[in-house]
Amino acid sequence: MHPEPQHPEPQHPEPQHSEPQHLEPHEHGPDEVPHTHPDPGVDPHAPLHSGPRALRVGIGGPVGSGKTALVAALCRALGEQLRLAVVTNDIYTTEDADFLLRNGVLPAERIRAVETGCCPHTAIRDDISANLDAVEDLESSLGPLDLVLVESGGDNLTATFSKGLIDRQIFVIDVSGGDKVPRKGGPGVTTADLLVINKTDLAPLVNADLSVMERDAKARRHELPTVFLSLAEDRAAAPVADWIRGLVAAREHGREL
Amino acid sequence: MSLATLLLLADGRLPSGGHAHSAGLEAQVSAGRVRSVADLDGFLRGKLATSALVSAAFAAAACAAPAAFAGLDAGLDARTPSPALRKASRAQGRALLRAGRAMWPVAAIGREPHQPVALGALASAAGLSPHEAAVAAAHGTITGSASAAVRLLGLDPYAVHALLARLAPECDRIAELAAARSGDPVDELPAAGAPLLDIGAEHHATWEVRLFAS
Repeated sequence: MHPEPQHPEPQHPEPQHSEPQHLEPHEHGPDEVPHTHPDPGVDPHAPLHSGPRALRVGIGGPVGSGKTALVAALCRALGEQLRLAVVTNDIYTTEDADFLLRNGVLPAERIRAVETGCCPHTAIRDDISANLDAVEDLESSLGPLDLVLVESGGDNLTATFSKGLIDRQIFVIDVSGGDKVPRKGGPGVTTADLLVINKTDLAPLVNADLSVMERDAKARRHELPTVFLSLAEDRAAAPVADWIRGLVAAREHGREL
Repeated sequence: MSLATLLLLADGRLPSGGHAHSAGLEAQVSAGRVRSVADLDGFLRGKLATSALVSAAFAAAACAAPAAFAGLDAGLDARTPSPALRKASRAQGRALLRAGRAMWPVAAIGREPHQPVALGALASAAGLSPHEAAVAAAHGTITGSASAAVRLLGLDPYAVHALLARLAPECDRIAELAAARSGDPVDELPAAGAPLLDIGAEHHATWEVRLFAS
């Protein structure tokens, strides 16, 4: 298990006095209206959901590789079986969140959009606060969840998620970026827990050799899995959905990821 | 006091959500009011005289008396007429609190306090003085916008840092002014405002395409 990234509000001791006078309407002087004081030792906000938290899976990759289409496919494949929510990190709009809404794959209350101030990689790696807040808000408003997908804004080959934000990460590239991308490596290709090579249906059109990509991915990633996908043909992203089902099941059985 | 601790609190790399905010700059850039380093100079001097002074005074007051957070929080609501800017301040306060709790035992000040209140409470928990909290607040106000300007306008980063160096004495002066007021009743703390930034923030919040959260 990775270190628990949540920092819940500290517990406050119960007030010792039996009748907290400041909570009852009272006056201090003849010219004052009756009023109350908030209890300084008690946080007036509802505590964060404290049950077991959802599995968090990050989905990163270059612009246009199919991250949002993958999220939509996973929502279709898993939405009925798992209690699911999504956090999107667009670079400058809520376009990805809007896409998911428009396609009706998930109701609005299960989607949060995080704004990233020109720096999508910062929001998923160096300063993950807005994403953690979004995940926690989803869990506190929806109740216990099985899975939260965190989709990064489209970035470059070096963008990876912080382990303080997610449990496992998927990196999505596509064949139309050229069959040399796996060979070029970079932290996304090399270290992601699952590498997805999307748009295999376009391979003949762009002269991409899938066997070269498979060989190079294997050389870069050793034992880490790689799957080939065509979201245009497989609208439920079957191999990726299966991989996630395996993670959720492992977690339910108390096995460390 | 620990100088290194103060530097930690004021460091732009502190994971406290600031990178997603331009502190009103993006709206002014879009309106064509800020285009160059000279324009940015005017913008930042305006920030120092208004929001930096208010933030620094409230951070200092929260550092001096973290238990008074509720009154300070309400006082900042009263000084922030734009709902979008209130939301931005509370989002950054929550994020700062998350970072602070990982570093020091910060007092309970609510889940989503205004940013200056959170900053003051963190400074107190870190053993810093109200004056140091004020310096961190004033410094953060202008460095956040300056960093956003580099990203939005492609300004020469050296020219922007040269500007920040020129503004450092003014930043110190504002912080001292603010810290001297930290014991005042909330209603008498500084309340300088910038109506154009309030209006800009409200427009900005409705844009379909924007680079910063505020």
